[in-house]
Amino acid sequence: MYVAVKGGEAAIDNAHRLLAEARRGDPAVPELTVAQIRAQMALLVDRVMAEGSLYDPDLAALALKQARGDVVEAVFLVRAYRTTLPRFGASTPVDTGAMAVARRISATFKDLPGGQVLGPTFDYTHRLIDFALAAEGAVEPAAEAEPRDDADTCPRVTDLLAQDGLIEPSPPDDGAPAGDLTREPVDYPADRALRLQALARGDEGFVLGLGYSTQRGYGRTHPFVGEIRVGDVAVEFVPEELGFPVPLGRIRLTECQMVTQFKGSGTAPPQFTRGYGLTFGQSERKAMAMSLVDRALRAEELGEPVASPAQDQEFVLAHCDSLQATGFVEHLKLPHYVDFQAELELVRRLRAEFFRDSDSMQEAAE
Amino acid sequence: MLAPGFADPVHGAQGTFRAVMNALARPGLLQPLDAGLKPPAPLTPELAALALALTDADTPVWLDAGLAASPEVAAYLRFHTGAPLTDDPARAAFAFIRDPARCPPLARFAQGTPAYPDTSTTLVLALDRIANGEGLHLAGPGIKGPTRIALSPLPEGFLAQLAENRAGFPLGVDVILTAPGLVAGLPRSTAVTES
Amino acid sequence: MATRPLQPDPEEIAARQAVMALCADASRDDLDAAVKALAAPAVEDLRPPETGLVMATGRIGGDGRPFNLGEVSVTRAAIRLPDGASGFAYHLGRDRTKARLAATLDALWQDPTRRARVEAALEPAARRADADRRQAARRTAATRVEFLTVARGED
Repeated sequence: MYVAVKGGEAAIDNAHRLLAEARRGDPAVPELTVAQIRAQMALLVDRVMAEGSLYDPDLAALALKQARGDVVEAVFLVRAYRTTLPRFGASTPVDTGAMAVARRISATFKDLPGGQVLGPTFDYTHRLIDFALAAEGAVEPAAEAEPRDDADTCPRVTDLLAQDGLIEPSPPDDGAPAGDLTREPVDYPADRALRLQALARGDEGFVLGLGYSTQRGYGRTHPFVGEIRVGDVAVEFVPEELGFPVPLGRIRLTECQMVTQFKGSGTAPPQFTRGYGLTFGQSERKAMAMSLVDRALRAEELGEPVASPAQDQEFVLAHCDSLQATGFVEHLKLPHYVDFQAELELVRRLRAEFFRDSDSMQEAAE
Repeated sequence: MLAPGFADPVHGAQGTFRAVMNALARPGLLQPLDAGLKPPAPLTPELAALALALTDADTPVWLDAGLAASPEVAAYLRFHTGAPLTDDPARAAFAFIRDPARCPPLARFAQGTPAYPDTSTTLVLALDRIANGEGLHLAGPGIKGPTRIALSPLPEGFLAQLAENRAGFPLGVDVILTAPGLVAGLPRSTAVTES
Repeated sequence: MATRPLQPDPEEIAARQAVMALCADASRDDLDAAVKALAAPAVEDLRPPETGLVMATGRIGGDGRPFNLGEVSVTRAAIRLPDGASGFAYHLGRDRTKARLAATLDALWQDPTRRARVEAALEPAARRADADRRQAARRTAATRVEFLTVARGED
């Protein structure tokens, strides 16, 4: 039971003022701008957009500034803002096959049409802290090269495997609209589309841990990265009054196709199975983890025993949302005075009984 | 030529919402509603105000024959609200009735489910006249003291349908009544009798 | 000129979409300059510019059944020119002024007698967008791996 208590308004107002000062820090140090956060902390902005489930880089950057860099606090701000906006409708499904690729790699095939394109990646850095970055400095312009003839054709690795029937096809589009967990509460069992929506907006740490757990044996899926691609994808929307798709602009997405344990049966030859990850921004770790958990959650569909946390729908979907999680965890800070008084009374009474009983047992023994 | 929506979208929608909220909170009592709209006929300004304030891309809308026959009305609603139009009353979140005398039986609309009774249809009727102090007797939650409401025209068998509707509580439809410049509410919890 | 009926001529629609895409990618200043260059008449709001959401959908596996990925902020505007022609704009972000400018350009573009001038006014933005895309492609291309076959073990 929560107690409504009055008073503390002055303290709260002053706390907010102190917060504003703490946020600003030393006035002699230049103030952070939204433009700086957006450009120079881009991956953090991407994470806030993904978990806030709202693609708006300036908004996410502003939220991060207001939240003093706390990701979940920034996600809270973004989600709250989102509730004030009307929804015009749904986009036509984005075509990641037509992505203007900034990065594209595969761990399953070395030579691919379109090639292995590294893009701006940390993967080959030596993880030595670069103290030169402590000072501002000019950055060398990036190298340029003539795009190869096949640079614009980046067929999916999964399509290459599918040509020989080696990999299961994606679930077909039967025209039914996808469920939306922001409109209807999740009903278990949830279908794969709903699970992917939940994972896309799920906390990266939680999804990463679950993905990791599958690799360590808690629901092994024997994964290989078929392909990861990062780049800009056009988003289109069909307004009622126009009746044709209007290009809204382009968003950056990261897509991961995980090729996983093959499956066959008495009547069907073995084929690789798949996991899929798709996130806002350049969020490879999240897209990869999402694809591992997506595959794990298909255990029942693929006739595998549901034995591990990452395979348990209710466990994963009920706990992956950072806002829901922090809401309940942090609510413990609310006054629980009356509840606790009841607990205190109970403990005291039980202790009195305990000592009374042990005293009388002692007397009986004597 | 598309007729405009609320001159001030925020206050227009909020003002309309407040009027409807008060109408349903105090069943039967007339609330003023003047959103200054000039929608295409046969849509009335009150029906249009409620559509613009309450419907959107997630609320399927059913139009009665008179409204459905007008392409300008459909275009107006689609443009300003994005609401999908359905010809199945049982799938409608909102039903707009220009001709109450020919309103389909209430049982034909969505009644809600035990888990989500609020998913029933909300009907909005355009009447010629609503007046307090005469006509039907109302009783139930939100009604303080004797409250009477005269409706013109009255849909055929309306009283019997309302009684049946109330018997199905918590399921059932809610009815919003409009007349020029006015709105009143008959939520499913209200008992409506002849005397 | 009265509002044109929505008779879809696929080529015309494709061309209109291309101009809309250009406006979506352009900056507010680009569009402002274009509208000024065209000495566009004052417009009336058919619906005041508003910011809302579009739910971006992806496909399972990249090519399968759709799922809801997350919402994108979108601003839309609908205007009417003094001659009655209407123009529409929808693009990412929260810039209402930009949307109104794009809707104005859309209305002007739909008039065949004004079309060439509209496209000419948008030329600078188009060239810049093109140059940016080409530079990004060249920088990306420089990071493409050229594999060298290393000597095999049995030698």
